[in-house]
Order: sequence, then structure tokens, then C-alpha cells
Amino acid sequence: MLALLAAATAPENLSTFSPASPAAEWTRELFVLVAAITGGILLLVEGILFYALIRCRRRTGPADAEPPQVYGSKPIEIAWTLAPLIVVFVLVLLVGRVLWEVRPDPVAASAGVQPLHVTVIGHQWWWEYRYDSYDGRDLGGIVTANELHIPVSPPNGVQRPVYLNLQSADVCHSFWIPRLGGKTDLLPGRANTMWLQANEPGLYLGQCAEYCGTQHANMLLRVVVESPEDFEKYLAAEAKPAADPTDKVALANKEAFRSQSCVNCHTVRDKQDTRANGTFGPDLTHLMARKTIAAGMIPNTPENLKKWVFSPESVKPGCLMAGFDLGEKDMKAVIDYLTTLK
Amino acid sequence: MTDAAAPHEKVMPESEAAPPDPTLGIEARPELHKVGMICFLVSEASFFSTLIMAYVIFLRHGSETGPTPAQVFTLPLVLVNTAALILSSFTVHFAEKALHAGKTAAFRLLWLATIVLGTGFLVGTMYEWNELIHTHGLTIGVNMFGSTYYTLVGFHAFHVTIGVISLAAVLLVSLRGELRGAHPMPVTLVGWYWHFVDVVWVFVFLVVYVVGR
Amino acid sequence: MATAEIEPTPAPAASPPPWTATLHEWLVTVDHKKIGVLYVLMAVVFLFLGGAAAIAMRLQLWAPGLTLVPPITFNQFFTLHGTTMVFFVGMPILIGIANYAVPLQIGARDMAFPRMNAFGFWTTFFGALLVYFSFLVPGGPPAIGWFAYAPLTENSFARGPGVDCWALGLIVSGIGTTTGGINFIATILCMRCPGMTLRKVPFFVWVMFWTSIQIVVVMPPLTAALTMLEFDRQLGAHFFDTQAGGSAYLWQHLFWFFGHPEVYILVLPAFGMISEVVPVFSRKVLFGYEFMAAATAAIVFISLGVWAHHMFSVGMSRTLDLFFVAATMLVSVPTGIKLFNWLATVYGGKLVLKSPMLFALGFLSMFVIGGLTGVILACAPIDFQVTDTYFVVAHFHWVLIGGTLFGVFSAIHYWYPKVTGRMLSERLAKWQFWLFLIGFIVTFAPMHFAGILGMPRRIYTYGSDRPWEIWNQIATIGALIQAPSYLIFGYNLVVSLWKGDVAGDDPWDAWTLEWATTSPPPPYNFAVVPVVKSRRPLWDAKHPDDPDWKYE
Repeated sequence: MLALLAAATAPENLSTFSPASPAAEWTRELFVLVAAITGGILLLVEGILFYALIRCRRRTGPADAEPPQVYGSKPIEIAWTLAPLIVVFVLVLLVGRVLWEVRPDPVAASAGVQPLHVTVIGHQWWWEYRYDSYDGRDLGGIVTANELHIPVSPPNGVQRPVYLNLQSADVCHSFWIPRLGGKTDLLPGRANTMWLQANEPGLYLGQCAEYCGTQHANMLLRVVVESPEDFEKYLAAEAKPAADPTDKVALANKEAFRSQSCVNCHTVRDKQDTRANGTFGPDLTHLMARKTIAAGMIPNTPENLKKWVFSPESVKPGCLMAGFDLGEKDMKAVIDYLTTLK
Repeated sequence: MTDAAAPHEKVMPESEAAPPDPTLGIEARPELHKVGMICFLVSEASFFSTLIMAYVIFLRHGSETGPTPAQVFTLPLVLVNTAALILSSFTVHFAEKALHAGKTAAFRLLWLATIVLGTGFLVGTMYEWNELIHTHGLTIGVNMFGSTYYTLVGFHAFHVTIGVISLAAVLLVSLRGELRGAHPMPVTLVGWYWHFVDVVWVFVFLVVYVVGR
Repeated sequence: MATAEIEPTPAPAASPPPWTATLHEWLVTVDHKKIGVLYVLMAVVFLFLGGAAAIAMRLQLWAPGLTLVPPITFNQFFTLHGTTMVFFVGMPILIGIANYAVPLQIGARDMAFPRMNAFGFWTTFFGALLVYFSFLVPGGPPAIGWFAYAPLTENSFARGPGVDCWALGLIVSGIGTTTGGINFIATILCMRCPGMTLRKVPFFVWVMFWTSIQIVVVMPPLTAALTMLEFDRQLGAHFFDTQAGGSAYLWQHLFWFFGHPEVYILVLPAFGMISEVVPVFSRKVLFGYEFMAAATAAIVFISLGVWAHHMFSVGMSRTLDLFFVAATMLVSVPTGIKLFNWLATVYGGKLVLKSPMLFALGFLSMFVIGGLTGVILACAPIDFQVTDTYFVVAHFHWVLIGGTLFGVFSAIHYWYPKVTGRMLSERLAKWQFWLFLIGFIVTFAPMHFAGILGMPRRIYTYGSDRPWEIWNQIATIGALIQAPSYLIFGYNLVVSLWKGDVAGDDPWDAWTLEWATTSPPPPYNFAVVPVVKSRRPLWDAKHPDDPDWKYE
């Protein structure tokens, strides 16, 4: 019943009951099975209770006589100790089986297996991604933020498992894409590993699942699952340094950006120099490749960018980005520069 | 252990008013102050287990900065301290025995010896901390070793302090001649508490100065 | 032996004592009955405070993107809501009721240590005040969640003194709770009336004995963890300061080593209350007392080894995960035994559907749901998905309201006549029951679905692209249905003091010793210390031809 209801109303984006990965599928199967068993027990117990209620109202029997006093029964007690024990034993076996399925040992690259390794670093309140290696190829830690791109791993094709190395820069967070399987926490001072694998291309949503401070609610996750070709293109584009300004206006815009304190917290990987090399905030080298800003909160449009730079507080109250009242002219220059970071 | 009954009110219904079964009412109930003390010591044991566990967990993390246990501990002092505390467990035990045998003077002397040994332990700890802080620069904030060490040993020393104060209070009561009977409860309970503090020290000593070094 | 001070017989009604005298009497009392009442009154006040925070949060979540409650305030509210309900409502109300009932049920004149009893209440109370004092400090109350995961509680992330108020308040009230546990153990072991062996104590007493053991064992680790936290914040230690080698992981273990048994501390006494009410209102002896008793002990022992099921998503090894899966599922066996025994007690009885029994039946039908979603959550892979979501919120509210609170309401309706000498209004009680039951289901049932659909807990808002609005709206409506039930309850408690029918000594025709004395009982409880032969001394007295002790 639970399963039916959840499935019937499941929207396509966040339900644990519309799995798109082997782990999420295993989990759903287990959930349905356990829900059926516990549902059966529930019906049994409530059934007995209501039957007793209906049968044993006071009106039956003589008014003042007490009913027969039954002190207990050893065989009955032993029976209803053993029966749950058996159920528990079966459940533990089942859980053990599924546990090893959803948390397998990592596999190395080989023919038919192209693993992707990404380091995920949780920050208050955004996500940093560093692409470490793909298909045995060292990616040198391409840095990006908030939108994770991974290759698809069709059930009957080349396996492309994604292994996330989860770390935290500040407090505890938790990485959770419901359709791709269960969550794993990011703890400061401890590296966790998580396995992710998507059956079909698409956009998968989620959000931080461990309370991490004021804007925990808006620490959103976006995972883009692409065909291997698109993913290779994405990697190539992300690996490149920032686009060079080609005309005088663009050059002036860039200088406007570089002269602001944006560069203390944000990095723009540039061929010429490393002036913008802050690491406190998201890497902006390919900002415009991302569909959203503020950790998935609002669409990445010039208007929203402007609002975000001018007054982050109005978009995401309590966030750690400072607002900058740059004045009309500088603001336009900075936004114009940012929109060239494709 | 029940109070004298006030006979003016009938509480139990008629049939129960018959004289009680002679086997009833004589069953032994444990002495409640002893039960209370045991429960208290169990909760204390639980508290110290947590601190000791935290100490052990951070042992393997090592200390990236600041002094390490191997650098700072001077065993002779600690051994003297430990010996004093263990000896004090014996003195408190024999003090109680003396009291049970009616030898009040011996009791007071041994009890006083316990206080002296306990105070000696505290002075030793003070000396040790002074050296750690001023010679080795180990404070609670320097590294994990400092955090766990001062918390664990500090809480133990705090309990020793409470113990010494309680021992002194009992001695005072005894000197005023107000310790009645051969088995006065305060002597038993403070004795238990003191043994407990000593046992905790054995664990602290093993973890901090033997294994942790 | 130190029993309660024998208070002078109350002056005749014609010349009531001045209110200052009454106040003074209550403030300095060491009488277990007055202290019990104080505990319950404190809990009821904090129940309303915690409930107000809950209503504010439910309104904020009515629709996506609302700005009714600002983010920081929302986070402070759920921190205070959880802390309040667990430490300043759940534990005090259970300890308070037990404080009142246990000495009466074992035929004693007071608790073992009456002064320590008063100390326990006042430390709990002042601990609570200390936590709420955080409203007056810079930065306001803590915004850390009730389990306060490090390092969010460290100076780097929580600068104001709010966290210090919280931690110190819990240390203080925790010490009070520990003394309460010690007191119950000593009382139950040493103060039973003649004839009442440990195998013949009323079931509520038995349960309080085991709950107290649990309190004594698991409260000190929490105190130790909070002390370490305060050492971090005030003395510069680094226990949970991850930037200097501290461990976030250690806090989680320490907290849940306390935190899970805490759930049983909150629900076991309710089991005991139900085990008193169900037999009396089914007119049958409790089915399988020995097995129920053994199951209680089993729950206490097993629950000491299940804490890390709160931490499946923290990335432990699979083997460790499976160990905690098995241990957790094992707890459901003794819990199941209890449930079946209650059902067997109801079955074949002659049910009297008065308000205590209504709440007891509410407990039986609702607690089982919370227990079963607990089995679902114990399956680690499912837990990976739905932990820290609204599914968990639904689960533990189903346990703590469907279990604890229904049990508490049942007990209060059951013992109110004993405490005050007056009956609660049955009409108001029925209104309260139905509003409460329906409101409770409507509030928390949709949260299961919100959780399955991916809604994490502790979010102050959600985007309009999230499919959770409808479930949140149903839940909010449920909260608004529930709210008046608490008001009716409070009104009933107060008004029945004057308007309630006179109860008499034994209004429910019950069987345990508290009903053998007057309502309200005299300060010394029993003029003649009773002597018992069985678990139901008053049954023996009422049925001399067929006494219980022949069968036990």
C-alpha cells in the first residue's frame, strides 16, 4: 500500500521509489519487501485488537462478575517469541545480502569497466567537485562546483561506476541523490567512499541531508548524467582555462573583476596569471556551464547573477558570500565578465 | 526498616486485617544507602569509561604539534603518586577494620593517614601539572594529547579532592565523638568511594602512563 | 530512616492558609507526591512551549518558499523543540508520574532519598531554565539540532553563548535525572512493603526499575560528552574541533550511546503505565507477567548495543552495519512480546472504555506502527535512503507520541483522581482523545511519504520544484487539529480540580496498593504499612474466595 501510494504519486525527480541505479533498485526492492512483511504484522495486530474490542465490550455477561483471569501460557509465550525471531533472522539475512550489493568494493578500470573517481568536498552551503580520474586516466583534479556531471552506465553495456571520495571543509554534510541510491555523510577529518551509477541519462536532483547550519535547506545537489561522448566533451571543456577576452571592452571587464575582492574567495583558472585564486567559494572558471547558481537555488541568468553579487543575503539569508555594492558601471562590467566564463 | 504504624486509620480492607503471615515482613531488604552509593558509583564508572575511551581513541591520532606523552612524563613521580594512592586504599580498609574491632584511636590514625596520602597525591599532581605547563608547555589547548590528558586526569584529581574532603569530614565527626556504632554508614560509604577513586586511578595509570607512553 | 517530613494536618477549609505559606510548602517540599506533581507541571508548561515551536515550523512549511519564520529562527526552533520535548517534557513527565506512583504502589511512605528527590527536580528545572536563558544572550538560542553534531557546535561555527547555555543546561538537568534514577533503584530495592518480593511488584514499578538502571548507565556518557564540548568551547580543548585533530565521529558515537537508550528511557515507563491501565480496564490480570518482565530486562540490555543504527550513513564498515542491523532488529522481539501480551490481556476481558483505556488503546494501535517503521529503518540499505528525512521524523514521532504521550495521557487520566481526589471530565477527555488521535495521524502519516519522496528533515523551506507541498499541507492541517486537544487537556486538568466529581479512594476498582489509601493520599501515604501476598493485593482483598497468590 505504502509502495503503491508512493509510486503512484512519485514525481520523476526525487522519489526513492523511482530508482535509476542498481543500488536504488535493490533498496526499493528491499523496502517493498520489508514494508509488505511489516504491513502484514500491522494488519494482524490491529485485526486482533479490533476483534477483541468488538467482542469484549462490557455489555456481554453478567454486570458485576469479573471475566476469567488468565495469568499466562508458556507455550503461547514461546510461540510469539520464536515467530518474531524467525522473521528477524530472515530479515537480517536479506539486509546482509542487499548491504553488500549497495556498498560494493570499488572496481578498477578494465575492459568493459570505466570507473570515474571524483572528490566531493562539502562546504557551508555548496558542493565542490574535483575530478580525479576516469577510465584509469588521471584528470589532475579538474575543479568545479554544485553541478556534478557523470557518464551513463547502461545496465547492459560498459559499466561506468562513479566513486565519490567524500570530504568536508567545515561541518558534517550528507550527499544524497534519492534516485541514485542511499546517502553517505561527509565528515570533516574523515574520507568516506560512495558508489554511484546511473542507468539512464538525465538530470537527478537531491540535497544535503545532514543538518549543516543556517542554509542547510538550500544546499541543493544536481547530478547530470550524460552519454560517454557528452561526458568526454564536458571533461575537455572543464579542463581548459578560462576563455581569454578578445576585445578591449572584455579586457576592461576582466580587469574590473580582478580588481574586486571576488578574487579572494573565488578561482578563475587563467592562462596568464593566478590572481583570482581563492578557494573559499566555488571555482568560477566555467561558471556559465552551470545551469544554476547559489548551490542550485536559482537559474544562472545575468539578472540573477547581478542580484546574487549585489545582495546574496536577499537570495540566501545567512549565506557566507558577502554582498558587493559595486556601483552600476562596475557591476555591469563584472557581470559581463562572468557571463563570458563558458 | 518500616516506620512505626500509625494505628488510627484503616487502610487495607477487612480481610487483610488478619495478622500477617509470620514469614512475611521479615525478608531482608538491602540497606538503601549502600544501594544508593553503588548506583552512584556505577554512574561514575560510566562517566570515567567515557573519558578513558576518548583518551584511548585520540592516542592513535598522535599529536602533530606540541609535546607527546613520551617526551613529558617523568615516571618516578607518577609511580610515587600511584603508590600513595594504592597504599591509601589499604589504610582506609584497615581503618574500617579497626573501627569494627572498636579501636577508635587506630581508626583515626589510619583514617588520617589516608587523608595525608590522598593530599600527597594531589600535591604530586599539582607538581606534575606545574612541570607539564611551565617546562614542557603542555596545556589543554596545545594538542589532542593535552585536551584528553587534562580532562581525564583532571576529573580524577577532582574526585580525589572530593574524597579527601569527605574523609576529613568523617574524621571531624569521629573526633567530636559523634560516629556511633561499630559500623557507621559514613565510614563504609566514604571508604567505598575512596576505593572506587583508587580503582579508577589504576585504569588511568595503565592507559595514560603505561599503554599511552 | 529518613521519610518525608510529617506535615501538619491541613487547616479546616474555613481558614485557608495564606498563599505564601502554600507556595513555601511547595518550594521546600521533599514529599514524593508534591515533587511528582511539580515534575508534571513543569513538563506540561514545556510541552506548550515546545508545541508552540512545532506549530510555527509547521506553518512555515505550509508552502514552498514562505518567509514566515526566518532560517536561523527556524533552526533554533527545531533545536529547542527537540531538546525540550526529550529532556524537559518526556523525561520529567515520566519521572514525575513515577515519583508519585512508585512509592504508593510499593506501599512505601516516600522515596528512598527525599531530599535528593527534591534536588533532582530542581536541577532538572533549572537546567531547563538555563537552556531557555539562551533567548537572552547575544545570538539567541542554539541552532544545532537536538543531537548537536560536532563541529557545528564548536566556537568556529556557533559563536554566541547559546550553545553554552544548551550544553550546561543539559549537564545540570542530566545530573538531576541521574539522581532520580539512583533514587528509584534504591526505593524499589529497599522500600517495598512486607511480602512484596521483586517478583511481585506492580509492573510499572518493575519497568521503572529497569529504566532507572538505564538512566544511571547512559546519562553520564552524555554528561561527559557535553563536558568535553564545553572544555572545547571555554578552555580551548579540541575533542570535537576537527580543525585541530578532534573527531566529529566521536561525538556521534558518544551522543547516540546515550541517545538511543534515551528512546527506551522515554518509552519503557509508558509500557509500564499501559501495563497498569490495560488490565484494570479489561478487568483481567496482566497476561504473562514473567515474560513481560523478562522482555523489559532484555530491551534494556539489547538497547545498550544498538546506538550506531543512527549512524548507518556515516560510513561505517558493512560488517559493523550488519551487527547493528541485527542488534536493532533483535530489540523488536521483546517489544513484540510485550505487545502480544497486552493484546492477550485485552482479549477475553470486559472492556471499560473510560478515558484512561481510550488512551491505552490509542497506544496499542499507534505504537505498533512506530515500532514497525523502526524495523524498516533498521534495514541499513533502506536507512541509507530515508535516514535524516521526514520518514525518520514520522517514525520517531509515532514512537514518542503514539507510544510515550498516549501512555502518559492514559496514566494522567488514570491517576488524576488519586492525586486530586477529583475525576477528570470524561466528556472533555473524549474530545481531547479524538482530536489528538486524528490530529496526530493526519500530522505524521504524510511525513512518511514526504520522506520517501526525498524531503530531508530540518529544512526551513523547499523549492516549488519539489513535490512535497501537498504532504506538508496535510501535516500542517493535522498539527492544527492536534493543537486544541492539548488546550482541552490543560483546561480539563485545571477545571476538574473544582468541578470534577469526587473520586473516592478507588474509582476504577483497581488492584494495586495506591488505591488502598485515600485520594489524595495523606503525607505519609499509608497509616498502616500494608502487607501483600500477591501482585494484586486489592484483588485478593476483594476476592477472598479466589485470591491471586494461589496462581502466582
